Amino acid sequence: MIELSSVDKTYNAGKANEYRAGRGVDLRIKPGRVTALRGPSGSGKTTLLGLIGGLTRPSSGRVRLDGRDISALPERFLTELRRATFGFVFQQFQLIRGLSVLENVMLPAAPTGEPHRQVVERAMDLLGQLDLADRADTPCQRLSGGEAQRVAIARALINDPPILIADEPTAHLDSALSLQILAILGELRAQGRTLIVSSHDPLVFDAGLVEHIVDLRDGRVVAEQ
Amino acid sequence: MRAWIERQRCLIDFSVANLGRRKARNLGLLGAYILLVFLLASVVLYGDALRREARLLLADAPDIVVQRLSAGRHDLIAADRLDALRALRGVRRADGRLWGYHYDPTLAANTTLQVPLVNPPGPGETVLGATLARARGLNPGDTLALRGDDGAIRAFRITGLLSSASELVSADLMLVNEADYRAFFGIPAGFYTDLALTVGNPAEAGKIAEKILTRQPGSRVILKDEMRRTYDAVFNWRQGLLLTFLGTVLAAFALLAWDKASGLSAEERREIGILKAIGWETGDVMRMKFWEGALLSTCAFLAGYVLAYLHVFHGGGALFEPILKGWSVLYPKFTLTPQIDLMQLASLFFLSVLPYTAATLAPVWRAATLDPDEVMRE
Repeated sequence: MIELSSVDKTYNAGKANEYRAGRGVDLRIKPGRVTALRGPSGSGKTTLLGLIGGLTRPSSGRVRLDGRDISALPERFLTELRRATFGFVFQQFQLIRGLSVLENVMLPAAPTGEPHRQVVERAMDLLGQLDLADRADTPCQRLSGGEAQRVAIARALINDPPILIADEPTAHLDSALSLQILAILGELRAQGRTLIVSSHDPLVFDAGLVEHIVDLRDGRVVAEQ
Repeated sequence: MRAWIERQRCLIDFSVANLGRRKARNLGLLGAYILLVFLLASVVLYGDALRREARLLLADAPDIVVQRLSAGRHDLIAADRLDALRALRGVRRADGRLWGYHYDPTLAANTTLQVPLVNPPGPGETVLGATLARARGLNPGDTLALRGDDGAIRAFRITGLLSSASELVSADLMLVNEADYRAFFGIPAGFYTDLALTVGNPAEAGKIAEKILTRQPGSRVILKDEMRRTYDAVFNWRQGLLLTFLGTVLAAFALLAWDKASGLSAEERREIGILKAIGWETGDVMRMKFWEGALLSTCAFLAGYVLAYLHVFHGGGALFEPILKGWSVLYPKFTLTPQIDLMQLASLFFLSVLPYTAATLAPVWRAATLDPDEVMRE
């Protein structure tokens, strides 16, 4: 269970370009479900995903994971928790250019100290599941949008996290590729993972995947379904 | 421990892949780095090798040399002073030495004629320094004719050449026996060029020198240690000149390296953000960057040092030879004895590898401590 209580997030506090991306957010996300954050650009979806995933800390309020307050954890513990608990799929894929598909997928496992061979085997297994096994040695900048998004998903899953966070997972894909990605997300849901996605793509909400919708506007939760 | 090793291995793998991603930039940097280490190491290796050669050769030199000064100039010294010197406490042995310079018009250079204290050549015979023999195109068995101070031509049959190992100090040397030497320069019996003393305890050489100056005023006393220091000073001075020049090259490289290492591009900052977002700690990012800097600088150091070693000990230090060895018509040719001084190696390593590695870490630290959510908001 993820709980957000009275969470505020202000960027550049006290400066001329101060910006409040989260305002008094109260939210509960149950495990094993697909939750979608919906709202226009600038509504605070990405900020909320960052707060939930421990990528950033709230300016005030609490973020709890299974009852544990993670917002005050020291960086090292927060990173360990993030690595073990969350997988991230970023809006722009955020793959590292020049590295191969396999190297990109293995990156989150590098600091774990797990034997190299095991990591390679698991990465190849994931790439196989996502029909990318034959692209393992391809530099990631040569991938199509759909392939890059699947690589990003494989990378998010390499440490076998129970929660997957995906920011606008279909934003740069055409309808066919979007459906392909949604099918993959459906499979992950079927495996029992918690999925938290942000999107304003109607396809995501029409696909029958989302079980919990959180509507956001100006950093506030305005509705939940 | 195993986990730690696996972790470092993964970080090193990623560092190598990372270096490969920016081939042109890193190869350029590596090339400049290798060149710099090569130049610095060559100067240091060559200078040290020359000083070592000089010290080895001076090991057989007398502990004290006594010369007579006349009107402030070096003059012949009477043999009867030898008995007084032998009587000094601490002096084990005293011998008269005969040596002098002869201008050879064929070479347009001075040669040094000397009478060795042991195993002098026979009458009419000579043993030549290898450089002199080479310059004159002479070999053992040939005859060398020189015009003495009295104008008469004297012929010397060459019976041998001095070892090339001693060429640093024997380049222009010509060994003859005492009678031939005296006849050639017209020096009467009972006089020597200078006197050579061997003392029982080299640590007392300074005290003995003081006694000599007190009892034989007008003498010039030269200690072996002073000769060693003179050689060192000459080579240090030349090496210093070169290092000063290389210092400017080093400074230019430091600026370049700092610029390359510290100027994190937007792309690099983005990548650090991605790594942090996917679960790398600030320490992991730092370690990865440390390995990158360490791999590049260590490779450059090793390649530069090996090239310098080959250049100095197998290529004769061709680039710096004229500066470090000096210039002469009778230019000595000798192979320096290969030797690696661990202290010197460590100093070069720390001077070349640590600054660069440190320079790469400082900006990464700043970027790696940023919130990883910046990458999500791009």
